[in-house]
Amino acid sequence: MTAPLLSVQNLTVDFTTRSGMVHVLEDVSFDIGAGEIIGIIGESGSGKSVTAYTVMGILDHAARIRSGRIAFEGTDVLQMDRRSRDNWRGKEASIIFQNPRTALNPIRAVGDQIADVIARHTPARASEVRGRAVAALKQVRIPDPERRMAAFPFELSGGLCQRIGIAIALACAPKLLIADEPTTGLDVTTQAVIMDLIRALASERGMSVALITHDLALAAEYCDRIVIMHAGHVVETAKTEDIIARPRHPYTARLLRSVPSLVDRIDELQAIEGSLPDLRREDLPPCRFAERCDRRLPTCDAGKFEAALVGPGHTVACRNPL
Amino acid sequence: MTPPLLQAIGLQKHFALGPKRPFGKPLKLHAVDGVDLTIAPGEAVGLVGESGCGKSTLARLVSRLLDPTSGELLLEGREISNQTTAEFARSDRRRMIQMVFQDPTESLNPRFSVFDLIADPVRTLMPRGGSAALRARVEAAAEAVNLPLALLDRFPHQLSGGQKARVGIARALVVEPRLLVLDEPTSALDVSVQATVLQLLDRLRRERGIALLFVSHDLNVVRLLCSRIIVMYLGQVVESGPSDQIYSAPSHPYTKALLSAIPSLRPQLRERVKLEGDPQSPISPSTTRCRFCGRCPVEVAECSQHMPELRTLPDGRQARCHFAG
Repeated sequence: MTAPLLSVQNLTVDFTTRSGMVHVLEDVSFDIGAGEIIGIIGESGSGKSVTAYTVMGILDHAARIRSGRIAFEGTDVLQMDRRSRDNWRGKEASIIFQNPRTALNPIRAVGDQIADVIARHTPARASEVRGRAVAALKQVRIPDPERRMAAFPFELSGGLCQRIGIAIALACAPKLLIADEPTTGLDVTTQAVIMDLIRALASERGMSVALITHDLALAAEYCDRIVIMHAGHVVETAKTEDIIARPRHPYTARLLRSVPSLVDRIDELQAIEGSLPDLRREDLPPCRFAERCDRRLPTCDAGKFEAALVGPGHTVACRNPL
Repeated sequence: MTPPLLQAIGLQKHFALGPKRPFGKPLKLHAVDGVDLTIAPGEAVGLVGESGCGKSTLARLVSRLLDPTSGELLLEGREISNQTTAEFARSDRRRMIQMVFQDPTESLNPRFSVFDLIADPVRTLMPRGGSAALRARVEAAAEAVNLPLALLDRFPHQLSGGQKARVGIARALVVEPRLLVLDEPTSALDVSVQATVLQLLDRLRRERGIALLFVSHDLNVVRLLCSRIIVMYLGQVVESGPSDQIYSAPSHPYTKALLSAIPSLRPQLRERVKLEGDPQSPISPSTTRCRFCGRCPVEVAECSQHMPELRTLPDGRQARCHFAG
């Protein structure tokens, strides 16, 4: 087996806030293979965006990375100095944000915003930069790219704005693309077009994609593998078809039963009782799902435990898996 | 036969845009363009379509927050569209139609406690009651939506998303409406919480006979909650009928595209219908051309010359397409 493109190992991140220390991520580990599309799924507050920001190195100042390693092609990006990290970000790995309207600068033409990235990361001469920006727009299938270069974000529809976001992210041909809820504010019809585009571009270039979303159905349709997060823990990782057909973690199973597209009648829907534990607590249980779980055993509270391999490429962090 | 709870006939809302040009007609945005709608008591009707199709405007017209440009609205057979929104807001019928808004965070006043948020409509619409009766009403509404009474003294920022959504519903319920108009009430919620809210709405409909007009872009959600679905495209109804029929065999090409775009955990049974291009502009649209032209996969030359009528198909549902049925 070849080494993964990105390997996140035992990542622990805390935030210092006025109301105390928030333990946002604890021992988060997962791999992304070259050319693979993985889905990172979780409720709001599960730490999926913080994971993405940690990989990209764009965390808030209040965040403290307590431990962990983020190996990109074998190099730990957390050990890079600031300058090499800045060169790495945008060139080797880049990110698409959730809301394209707030991610883009409202008072600059979109063409200039794409040109910025190209000028920063490639040795292209000023005269070549514009041509490459037009090519980037063409690549995300924006009609009439020459004219769109001068457009401002408010002149474009939500779907077009997100394509600009993708064009900026892909302008320097990164090996890893992190898409942080790229279609949340968009219509389902536009969502399908954007997701098809991301998948097509990924396979054209052999690029890896981490799709961060709360929509299990969306991830199931586009991802090779799925990582389920709950309250800052990775609870289950498996191939998409294994997760859907045979979830092993109680949280994954409950999540599947709350998805409207999987049931035929409204009374078959099952909500997950309770809510995420308060991550400021010092006495957080070793399993952060324990307080919501109907399969809890006395041993669940007995100290830390590691995620266990339960099948080929299928890991579960649970003492009493299904 | 009981009369419908709410009936809309030829409802139109045109928004005037910008200053008039010296010699031209003023530009008008046709947000809702001739919509007929009937809601029976205790019925759940789903309204779906993409952003900009006019579904939120229609919801606001139906709940009398906006004055229609033309058309009639009848509530239990009595016209309510001859009053202005301000007059309607002071009438005793305001209580009968209540609205639940999209974003539970932005639609709750951050400086009101949960108790005051729920009590506010009662204080305005049912002022004679006394404080004991008010408290009883607020507590009954909170219990109806499974909101713990201990939360009544809290403020919105101290609540979770699901709790805020329930405050929004309790606030609408507290004046005992006959129709709840819900504008994407679950789009800001996690799936795990969404399930609770959907079941709550279904229970309120069954137990209290409250009719629901449920606006959403998620056909999967609408199909579970609603017995009838109305699909809108650029201000017009393009298909309407029983949920299971529309879901299993959509007849309008737009409905087909909408259904096939929904990601599903089940293997795709039908072929993916992809929509290319952007929708036509809703500003002064052509009256002779089908509004779906330019994106439609089955378009022929005729479609640009004749606007299709909304016609009834042999199985009873309605569709606005030359090729439906």
